[in-house]
Amino acid sequence: MDETELLQTLSAIVAEACGHDRLTLTRASTAAEVKGWDSLRMVMVIVAVEERFGIKMRTREIDRLKSVGDFVDLIRGRMAAAKG
Amino acid sequence: MAYPELHWLPTDPAWPQRLAAVEGAGWAEFVGLARTRLDFLATERLDRALRRRFPGAPEGSGTSPLRLALLGSATLAHLQPALRIAALRRGFGLAIHENAYGQYLQELFDPGSALHRSRPEAVLFALDTPHVLGAGAGLGERIGHLRRCWRLARALCPGPVIQQTLLPSIVPRLGANEHRLDGSPAAAVARLNAALRTVADEEGVDLLALDEQAARDGLDAWHDPALWHRAKQEVRPPAAPFWGELALRLIAARRGGSAKCLVLDLDNTLWGGVVGDDGVEGIVLGQGSAEGEAFLEVQRYVRDLAARGVILAVCSKNDEANALAPFERHPEMLLRRDDISCFMANWQDKAANLRAIAGTLGIGLDSLVLLDDSPYERAQVRAALPMVLVPEVPEEPALVPRLLAEAGYFEAVAVTGEDRARAAQYQANHARVALRGGAPDLGAYLASLEMRLSWRRFDRLGLARIVQLVNKTNQFNLTTRRTSEAEIAAVMADPEAVGLQLRLTDRFGDNGVIAVVIARREVAQTGVDLDIGTWLMSCRVLGRTVEDATLAVIAGEARRLGAGGLRGTYLPSEKNAMVASFYDRLGFRLIRSDAGGAKRYRLDLAAFTLPETAITVIAEDADTPASASA
Repeated sequence: MDETELLQTLSAIVAEACGHDRLTLTRASTAAEVKGWDSLRMVMVIVAVEERFGIKMRTREIDRLKSVGDFVDLIRGRMAAAKG
Repeated sequence: MAYPELHWLPTDPAWPQRLAAVEGAGWAEFVGLARTRLDFLATERLDRALRRRFPGAPEGSGTSPLRLALLGSATLAHLQPALRIAALRRGFGLAIHENAYGQYLQELFDPGSALHRSRPEAVLFALDTPHVLGAGAGLGERIGHLRRCWRLARALCPGPVIQQTLLPSIVPRLGANEHRLDGSPAAAVARLNAALRTVADEEGVDLLALDEQAARDGLDAWHDPALWHRAKQEVRPPAAPFWGELALRLIAARRGGSAKCLVLDLDNTLWGGVVGDDGVEGIVLGQGSAEGEAFLEVQRYVRDLAARGVILAVCSKNDEANALAPFERHPEMLLRRDDISCFMANWQDKAANLRAIAGTLGIGLDSLVLLDDSPYERAQVRAALPMVLVPEVPEEPALVPRLLAEAGYFEAVAVTGEDRARAAQYQANHARVALRGGAPDLGAYLASLEMRLSWRRFDRLGLARIVQLVNKTNQFNLTTRRTSEAEIAAVMADPEAVGLQLRLTDRFGDNGVIAVVIARREVAQTGVDLDIGTWLMSCRVLGRTVEDATLAVIAGEARRLGAGGLRGTYLPSEKNAMVASFYDRLGFRLIRSDAGGAKRYRLDLAAFTLPETAITVIAEDADTPASASA
């Protein structure tokens, strides 16, 4: 999955979890800019991302996320590690 | 990570489009959207749409929303949408009060709290495992804490109190013989869960068996330690829709909302192969083949359902003789013809046959579950009769018993003697219908039944059946007021109140307790009347003048209490139209009606002659004063 595709998928997940019809996230986007993306919704996003990509992210990695770009890198890293 | 899916519900590829178009849609469309296989995000989306569309009482649902108190000590907000959508799936709305974080005990104690003000009709304790372990030093103290909570809940809620069993989320310190370790928290959870089975029964509390579900699905499907630390969610969000199902099944069962009849297809559902093509000898069933054993297990499960009160019917596209042949001649068949209360094998479409089955058995179409291996038939029935419950059926017959168990259609909270005898009663009904064909007129037919209506006032022995009948009777029910064991006990103790349980026997057998009346002595300016607040009857005995004989019993009780008249109420519901003019027919005078269709009646006993019936009325405890029988 290339980066554009991953961003689109992540946008769709965040939109669904936060109750938006659609959403276009970029690497520079942050949770604070998205209406409703609070810590409770973040849990939903994490769970949905883990289900969708078949990965498991660590608590510390999640806590370090500052932007959507970080999130994309984390997902890609975990997917690569899962492939071994 | 796997999660427990609502695997019996069909998927709908058009669901996103249907949801997008749902603005302004009616209640039925929302129910339809809920009756598909939803994951947790779809459940949340549907819930948001539902609350936008119906912010208050949902019009079209026929009832006001049920008020549920959801009490816990950790995060439960992520479970609320699943509860509302599980209720929607059953056609009713839910108004949830969740306690302020960590404050459930304070709210239970404080009569001015938001919990008390919410006047809950059901209370669900979803306490997390670490919290319950922390509530006391040993098993006794922990159970004591729960008992106190239940009693406080009982005092403020007339309806069901539900306790979730503890999720076995704590890992062992010792190993497989963890129980030998003093102070082991994992062993404490196991002991508490075992003890809950007895204690909850003593207190009249229903259990939501989360421990058993987690044992089936695996703990990881239900619980994620990382999410517990992050958000104090004990049940992980992907498991929320299934959790909501487990909770609403119990609530629905207490409201009489469980299904009553399992309708079975035959070929490739009860046996392998097509009996019309392969012959009785050619079908796959029984020991000796893996598939044959799997079908045998399906039959065993279905037979056990029947043994605890689920009615069985057959709906098959077959020549009747072919369809009956395995029941009559196949040596491995576990299900016998006698187990089937209504047998429909013909070439008509299944929707028409299902209508006929519901009509013959005198139950609603929404009480039917159709088990059919054919996706084509399932889709047809869902389209023609959306109220019939039609689960997806795995192609592997070995998985069918688990499907039926997990779909939870027949959830029950108590088992009564009447449940176990029900199949026989419906069978006997068939014999009665057959006899009706032969008798020259209805009066002669009814006389030939040699009916005896024996009645007694409410007593401890009948308690479970009374509550069950009151809570599951929908059609012949004048006011559809639901009740609890506590309320029935209160009627027994009240000398001004009359609670009657009536049993009908005839030459074909015992129909069991088939009618319940609850009335109260009222002093008005015009004199003393007996006011009938609840009058309901099982549809099994419709058309047999049981209601006329019951009226005679009520009139007798009225005279005993010095009442000169009877008062009656009709409250319309979605399902009780059959009794809309019941009091008119009996000769009551309409004294008031309102725009909503509710009607009040009075009958002057002095100016009234009781109708004649072919029923012998037997008072089993008429010589006992009401106060002594309580």
